[in-house]
Amino acid sequence: MANSFYLYQNPARLDVKHSFSKLNLKLCSIPKFISFAVLVKMAKNNFTKENYLGWYEQMLLMRRFEEKTAQLYGQQKIKGFCHLYIGQEAVVAGTMSAIRKDDKIITAYRDHAHALACGISADAVMAELFGKVTGCSKGKGGSMHLFSKEHNFFGGHGIVGGQIPLGAGIAMADQYKGNDNVTVCYFGDGAARQGALHETFNMAMLWKLPVIFVCENNGYAMGTSVERTTNVLDIFNIGNAYHMPSESVDGMQCETVHHAVNEAALRARNGDGPTLLEIRTYRYRGHSMSDPAKYRSKEEVEEYKKKDPIEQVKATIVSKKYADEKWFEEIENKIEKIVLESVDFAENSPFPDPSEIYTDVYAEPDYPFINE
Amino acid sequence: MRIIQYREALREAMSEEMRRDSNILLMGEEVAEYNGAYKVSQGMLDEFGEKRVIDTPIAELGFAGIGVGIAMNGLRPIVEFMTFNFSLVAIDQIINSAAKLYQMSGGQFNIPIVFRGPTGSAGQLGAQHSQAFENWYANCPGLKVVVPSNPYDAKGLLKTAIRDNDPVIFMESEQMYGDKGEVPEEEYLIPIGKADIKKSGTDITIVSFGKIMKVALSAAAELEKENISAEVIDLRSVRPIDYNTVIKSVKKTNRLIILEEAWPLASISTEISYMVQKNAFDYLDAPIRRITTADTPLGYAPTFVAAFLPSIEKVVRIAKEITYA
Repeated sequence: MANSFYLYQNPARLDVKHSFSKLNLKLCSIPKFISFAVLVKMAKNNFTKENYLGWYEQMLLMRRFEEKTAQLYGQQKIKGFCHLYIGQEAVVAGTMSAIRKDDKIITAYRDHAHALACGISADAVMAELFGKVTGCSKGKGGSMHLFSKEHNFFGGHGIVGGQIPLGAGIAMADQYKGNDNVTVCYFGDGAARQGALHETFNMAMLWKLPVIFVCENNGYAMGTSVERTTNVLDIFNIGNAYHMPSESVDGMQCETVHHAVNEAALRARNGDGPTLLEIRTYRYRGHSMSDPAKYRSKEEVEEYKKKDPIEQVKATIVSKKYADEKWFEEIENKIEKIVLESVDFAENSPFPDPSEIYTDVYAEPDYPFINE
Repeated sequence: MRIIQYREALREAMSEEMRRDSNILLMGEEVAEYNGAYKVSQGMLDEFGEKRVIDTPIAELGFAGIGVGIAMNGLRPIVEFMTFNFSLVAIDQIINSAAKLYQMSGGQFNIPIVFRGPTGSAGQLGAQHSQAFENWYANCPGLKVVVPSNPYDAKGLLKTAIRDNDPVIFMESEQMYGDKGEVPEEEYLIPIGKADIKKSGTDITIVSFGKIMKVALSAAAELEKENISAEVIDLRSVRPIDYNTVIKSVKKTNRLIILEEAWPLASISTEISYMVQKNAFDYLDAPIRRITTADTPLGYAPTFVAAFLPSIEKVVRIAKEITYA
């Protein structure tokens, strides 16, 4: 297992005090045959050129795909509710580099980036946004309900917090089967106030389920800031109430996310149960396409844009000379082509036939629908 | 034939299926160490162990959702509600997840789960423990809703429900768990969606399901004494509903009473009335009648219970009215 060392201490961690207290815990669980000095050295050299180039390309795809999505929404090619992830890309990118292909992913309705990062093609995602039969949910899900069993992407769920028990259940099935897969279950800061979360946290800890709860705290539940919904501003503290290992993580950097997820995944694979990661991030756009985001200042948005995750990875690539300008141009062109082709693919795909309304409702092939 | 209790029939169904398929597990409040609040799962922890018979905290929303997640990932959970009154806390996961995921995912994630437990009133339990939500669940596409009325049906239908690849709501009754009936030793399955004519007759059709079938059959016996021959149909499931068996019977008897433990508005009887008037209008010799509960919450006093529920007397009185006897 690559990149599995605990000691990485990132100065950008939002809660330094908390991460120091975690450090003691971590030291106890380090295998004895690895010396402290070796660990420090390995942690510093933790990430490879491939990590950075991979993150950059993956995040740029998410960003450009969604910029195009916004444009197409304006042209009414994409309908319904549509929630953009722009600004939050490091959360998914840092997670994906820390887990394995056979691990499971489930999230809420802000799901385009998660779907793309799981490996669903831009064609299939864009076609789904268009409501076309070639979409990853055959045009039956739309923006909020992307799915791909093949890619272990368990959706795209529209009721705030509803995917949290599902994620624990998916993990419980893997525990039952006796494999060491983990489930990453994403939700927003708004979902932290739902009863489903609290019930699930209790059972996930009780049964030591191999699940990583990733709270993408972007500061706002739709238009309501975290401060206006609770006295418990540090969402990771909710996990502590269930004695769940919990911490806050800087979500504007792939490195911090990767380390936290990696540690949580190790814990889960070892049979030690769930982790809550409150990953602090920011969405540049409104809650959905209809939200002008008047509840926050332009200055606040600009402050976060200075910490843009894609720019940060780019800066590292440049400073470490992992790639030159030509490479960045090539990647930009490659991704532009992928995005434009996905739009062509979606445009040229048919809508589902109206008769498809009766398929995929029941697994039973001859279910007698009432039809009068 | 061997005689066993309704609860034993259910236990046999679950145990036989769990022996056959290691992907099946049972979870819910008090199902394991306590042996089931109504002793349906008695002995199952001993046989299958704590990995497969799982006590949950009192957290219906959470464990219903965990059950659906388990089903998404290839297993076949049976989730017990201590009563379906408590399923209201979990109804988001039943309606928004279990019933929707197969369709929303374009047919990728089917949800082979059974939610089971007792429904309806069970004596003087007060308003919050005396509700029947068969029609609520039956309203929702994506679900199947099974309501067995006797031990034989309970076993055959539960085995089918467990093998079904769609989510099934399986509704029992506290007042039936001790009922005894003939159940063969050898394996059998009963299909979901096929009504059963429990008694044939010529003068009037009586349709019901679940516990209230006892009222229907007793009323039919009373009517027999007065030379009114009632055909009694047990729907067995209320999603899907076997309309054809009902319509065929009404074309023979020309009269229909539907009885159920449900509030009248938008009840199963309302639905059947629509389908029968649509498909057998010219065969009806009297208005279709329904006998539901009172249009109120159920109060505690015994007088309320008697006034609230469908009764043999009401059925006999209305049967006489519409047969002009």
